[in-house]
Amino acid sequence: MRVASGQGFWGDDLEAPVRQVEGGPIDYLMLDYLAEVTMSIMQKQRARDPEAGYARDFVPLMERVFPACAERGIRVVTNAGGVNPVGCAEALVEAGRRAGVAGRAKVGLVTGDDLMDRLDELLEAGHALENMETGEPLSTVRDRVQSANAYIGAAPIVEALSLGADVIVTGRSTDTALTYAPIIHEHGWAVDDHDRIASGVVAGHINECGAQCTGGNCMIDWWEIPDLATVGFPIVEVAADGTFVVTKHDGTGGRITRASVTEQILYEMGDPTTYITPDVVADFSTIELDDLGGDRVRVHGVKGRAATDFLKVSIAYSSGWKAVGTLMYSWPDAAAKARSADRILRERMDRLGLSFDEVRTELVGWDSTHGMLAGDPPSDLPEVQLRVGVRSEDRASVERFTREIAPLVLTGPPSVTGFAGGRPRVQEIMAYWPALIRREAVESHLAVEVREV
Amino acid sequence: MTRVALVDLAHARSGDKGDTANVGVIAYDPAHYDLLRERLTPERVKEHFGPMVKGAVERFELPNLGALNFLLHGALGGGGTMSLMNDAQGKVFSTGLLRMEIDVPADVAEAVAGRGRVPEGWSP
Repeated sequence: MRVASGQGFWGDDLEAPVRQVEGGPIDYLMLDYLAEVTMSIMQKQRARDPEAGYARDFVPLMERVFPACAERGIRVVTNAGGVNPVGCAEALVEAGRRAGVAGRAKVGLVTGDDLMDRLDELLEAGHALENMETGEPLSTVRDRVQSANAYIGAAPIVEALSLGADVIVTGRSTDTALTYAPIIHEHGWAVDDHDRIASGVVAGHINECGAQCTGGNCMIDWWEIPDLATVGFPIVEVAADGTFVVTKHDGTGGRITRASVTEQILYEMGDPTTYITPDVVADFSTIELDDLGGDRVRVHGVKGRAATDFLKVSIAYSSGWKAVGTLMYSWPDAAAKARSADRILRERMDRLGLSFDEVRTELVGWDSTHGMLAGDPPSDLPEVQLRVGVRSEDRASVERFTREIAPLVLTGPPSVTGFAGGRPRVQEIMAYWPALIRREAVESHLAVEVREV
Repeated sequence: MTRVALVDLAHARSGDKGDTANVGVIAYDPAHYDLLRERLTPERVKEHFGPMVKGAVERFELPNLGALNFLLHGALGGGGTMSLMNDAQGKVFSTGLLRMEIDVPADVAEAVAGRGRVPEGWSP
């Protein structure tokens, strides 16, 4: 059975899912829209508009591919629901009707990952939701929490598939479960089939970032990777024993090799022996790769062990304000001018009594990617962009900062340009609070619903 | 021994988890995995990044993939939406690590010279 990857994040190539559906045989299309940062962006959108809070791109996309999926029996699994899966599923049903699949498709909706309304009840019941990095209890920031979602696993997706859902929308399902839930469903693996499920997790990890395993953002010999303009997104062909082949449709661009797959396996990797998911703990140090040639890499040997008693919870809380301003300085002595402007800006902000938790200065074109590893900039640098960011609990200080950039054009060092974009935007910071919760506290509240289009 | 930049011996990919960046380093030639393991100690990597990495550097070995995985704690200015960094999600800590210079046998240095760079005269 084949699970195709169609989106690796919210904002990915909009044509990729269409290529996956049109370009050859697939059984499932998985669309991953979520990341740590994405959830807090969606949360901000829902705060402004209760109808929002999900990956809106998903709805017009489904309107395009719904008829083809219905005809060919391709089922779609996505976490596009974000912090508003109900709103997403409702919009999806409407899209299905507009696409002419009424009576021919069912939408599955998974809810219960959202802990926001239950937060006080959970804290009172003794779930401290300590920060996994600092150990602090959530009570220290409780009044600033904006969203709290548990990462949920395969079970509710498998249930929705069993109930006949064709397109399944979830909230914070793990990225990997979107791939391995349909595999578990198709092959009928038992919950204690740890090695095979772990192999499914590896398939999910390879699929979850779209073209990042098929030649996109690939460092090895990137200059000779063919035709990235029409890059093929990955497809995993999974056997009943859990082994699988990573491939892509014929005629698409990009390249799949042992090395391209290895790069993706290492992406966002922690301790490779302990890759924790809600369904299994996978050991990535057991992965064996065989390059079969012809854009096919076989994956086997994966071992896993029982899942833990906990689920991870992704919590976002308001943590002040930030803004980033930029100005472009030209040769000669571009970096010296930019640094001088930075000094003047900081002196003015001091004199105004502005209060910041952090002021960060980078020179784009010199040190904004490698910091001090870049060394000192040469005096003949053709140009450099001054990039200053500020962060504060005091919104007024950040607001005032945004008005201090443009004046530098006429009141600071010479040969400066690139300020036409206007004043920097003040952004509310949604800080990330990772925590663990006993899984039964979440699983008892998971719900699966199937709606006719 | 000859000093070479890691960029000719390995490719890499990085990502983020909160305020931690990870860098996976993959030997171009699997025969060089042991050499990388010997040279790229967590201490050396921590020293290479200096004040860019506020916390500890952890290392994990993946001989099955000819790769090492490093966790750079406290590298992302608070991480996520908190960070003021251009590279708030640690996407290019990978190439930052590939700037590191290590001593390798002269024949290895000769064999790998230029491996990680665009060939001369290449155009898109």
